[in-house]
Amino acid sequence: MSSRCHVATRKGLFTLDRGKSGWSIARVSFTGDNCTLVMHDPRNGDLIATLNHGHFGVKMHRSRDGGATWSEIATPKYPAKPADYVPKVPIEGKAADWSLKLVWALAPGGSDEPGVVWCGTLPGGLFRSENSGESWELNRPLWDDPLREQWFGGGADHPGIHSICVDPRDSRHVILGISCGGVWTTRDSGRTWQVGGRGMRAAYMPPEKQFEPNVQDPHMVAQCPANPDTLWVQHHNGIFRSTDCAASWSEIADVKPSAFGFAVAAHPRDSDTAWFIPAVKDEKRYPADGRVVVNRTRDGGETFETLTRGLPQEHAYDLVFRHALDVDETGDRLAFGSTTGSLWLTENAGDSWQTLSSNLPPVYAVRFEK
Amino acid sequence: MPTVRFTQNIQRHVGCPTREVSGATIRETLDNYFRAHEQARDYVLDDQGKLRQHMAIFINGNQIQDRENLGDPVTPDAMVDLVQALSGGIQ
Repeated sequence: MSSRCHVATRKGLFTLDRGKSGWSIARVSFTGDNCTLVMHDPRNGDLIATLNHGHFGVKMHRSRDGGATWSEIATPKYPAKPADYVPKVPIEGKAADWSLKLVWALAPGGSDEPGVVWCGTLPGGLFRSENSGESWELNRPLWDDPLREQWFGGGADHPGIHSICVDPRDSRHVILGISCGGVWTTRDSGRTWQVGGRGMRAAYMPPEKQFEPNVQDPHMVAQCPANPDTLWVQHHNGIFRSTDCAASWSEIADVKPSAFGFAVAAHPRDSDTAWFIPAVKDEKRYPADGRVVVNRTRDGGETFETLTRGLPQEHAYDLVFRHALDVDETGDRLAFGSTTGSLWLTENAGDSWQTLSSNLPPVYAVRFEK
Repeated sequence: MPTVRFTQNIQRHVGCPTREVSGATIRETLDNYFRAHEQARDYVLDDQGKLRQHMAIFINGNQIQDRENLGDPVTPDAMVDLVQALSGGIQ
């Protein structure tokens, strides 16, 4: 059961520990700086934090002593755009930039490939490090795929890779979630890629385009570690589940109070259990009726319980970003943080929640050490 | 040789002392500066070698014109200032 949680916020990285008297903030790193993402590597204990300095660009820092000290490491760099590069016409009528805008996903490689870290970015490049972030290389097969130029921004001006699922059974098998570019899979460590999944539906597209895999906007993809064939997607216009490793998707409709949201967490052992944080779709983006709730299914999406105990039930306008919900390795402890600086945690799988803070900066990412 | 001077705000991230370096253009001058301060390059230029969106460079108090190729000429007695734009703070 995890007793440490890292919270990346607009004004720094907060580390919370569970002591005898409960959870409290044990350390603040990068105070005042825009910390957009944090990753804990269970293979070697590394922490990698991403900072987005408004003027000086995106930077990465790594700690090898649990966050006591940090050193700047390499940041992914896009290669020079060829002078004779002629872009296809993508959906928004402009060519994608070849320049790092944001680090949007970090994931350790498999247990059999120490040092490998995957990194998803805006404007859509996937990077891989084989030395824990000392250097990064753009995955060219995906970047050079003609379908990549058709990706488009969802919310952001640029498309981006926000979800990276490394199959615990086979590290070569990696699944990506891309807004907006659907769900992509490699089974050979990124040498070849396929976009896919029958059944995912984009309600925001014209009817004849709605089931095209490459236009989908999965807000977040979560894989069940114990049963990696099961994946959950919080999509722009609904919730989808796959039980065949993203080959096909079933839409889960009629979820109250809303099927819209950003975050999803998959239970580590029970592939029928997942958590979602609903919001009013889609450009308004606040909790329905000003009530913060968590939706939990324990039967594969057949039914949902709306969990409220300990969460504010009036005049709460907390939005939860896609990386701001996490579950520990037991499935009992979950935590999520909001755009208005609230942080909640449960130790009983969501039955009841405690408020750890109401005064944090806007929360971008929450990650347990597992 | 031109003198290159950085905003104080960058110093907490990476040391950028004021130095005289040779160069007939901003690109040449910065390349020569960054040779001895390589880590500073990525704080000023993006991965395509362009001036970052929210950075500004002045030559003797005049803002440069060529943010992509950094081809603005620099005279041997020039003072080159690298500063933050006022925009960009929203990040």
